[in-house]
Amino acid sequence: MTDDFHPKDSLDFVYDFYVKMKKNKINLAYEGEITHQITKAFTSLTENHMSIDNDPNSVQKKVFHVMVECLQNISKHAENRNDVITSKDGRGIFLVSKDDEEYNITTGNIVKTNKVNDLKRMLENINNLDKDGLKQLYKQQMREGRLSPKGGAGLGFIDIARKTGEKLIYSFLEIDDNSSFFVLTSTVSREK
Amino acid sequence: MDIIKIQGTDDTPQVTLDATADASYMEISGRSLPEDVVTFYGPILEWLEEYAESPLKKTVFNFKLEYFNTASSKLLLDILLKLEDIHDDGNEVLIRWHFPDDDEDMEEAGEEYEDIVEVPFEQVSYTID
Repeated sequence: MTDDFHPKDSLDFVYDFYVKMKKNKINLAYEGEITHQITKAFTSLTENHMSIDNDPNSVQKKVFHVMVECLQNISKHAENRNDVITSKDGRGIFLVSKDDEEYNITTGNIVKTNKVNDLKRMLENINNLDKDGLKQLYKQQMREGRLSPKGGAGLGFIDIARKTGEKLIYSFLEIDDNSSFFVLTSTVSREK
Repeated sequence: MDIIKIQGTDDTPQVTLDATADASYMEISGRSLPEDVVTFYGPILEWLEEYAESPLKKTVFNFKLEYFNTASSKLLLDILLKLEDIHDDGNEVLIRWHFPDDDEDMEEAGEEYEDIVEVPFEQVSYTID
């Protein structure tokens, strides 16, 4: 398999990509700018799939919630690197995968390296809280938090943790001194 | 006062703000994940601001939301805080928070708002056919 994509001999690349998606049960993959239209399209596409699969209403609602918050995180917080990887803000990769037990919603985007520690602390704090602790944090953030100029309320991660009842799975890859790649996976159980 | 009537869409709620003495009705219902929450909720907050200057004897405000994102949750709190101001000024105010009887998250969201603001709050469950 070749690492680079050349339109003239793309067969290997595309087939390999296809096999990887199938193997990992990815049913939605996107890289690019996350706009409001994209958010609406992805959520309604996934809603359709879920109702065809007869997922319970409560699961559908949870997946919808998580998708909206994840997509808005990218559109509001993804930074650019001014290079070939990303030259614009608000871009990232978005994946939805599903097996018999759960849905996994994964985002990947560039953040400033100097923001990584704050983000880690915030995510660790959320993962250390139980149901009631998350509720208190959400209320506190709603009362005290200001809406950022980009429209973020600082509530997205807390909401995801509360709605899914699962720990947030995250990691950071330092690309260089300025930029890091942030990957977040949220899991929604398909049971109940 | 002007009457505000906004049709709901798949990402913005239906809004009715009518302070006509005999037929007053105030409700926000449906789904709320507007592209720009501040632009969407701005006129609603302005309306309440003006309404607060000479409110009706009794203000009943209905929330009947199916879904709202976290960005909207902050603006919903702003609306509730305006209603709290009206209540603090010595007027009768009642918030009616409607939720589908099988939606614990929406019920809990109402309870949380009830904890945050000091206004008479009524939880109303309804059944979706």
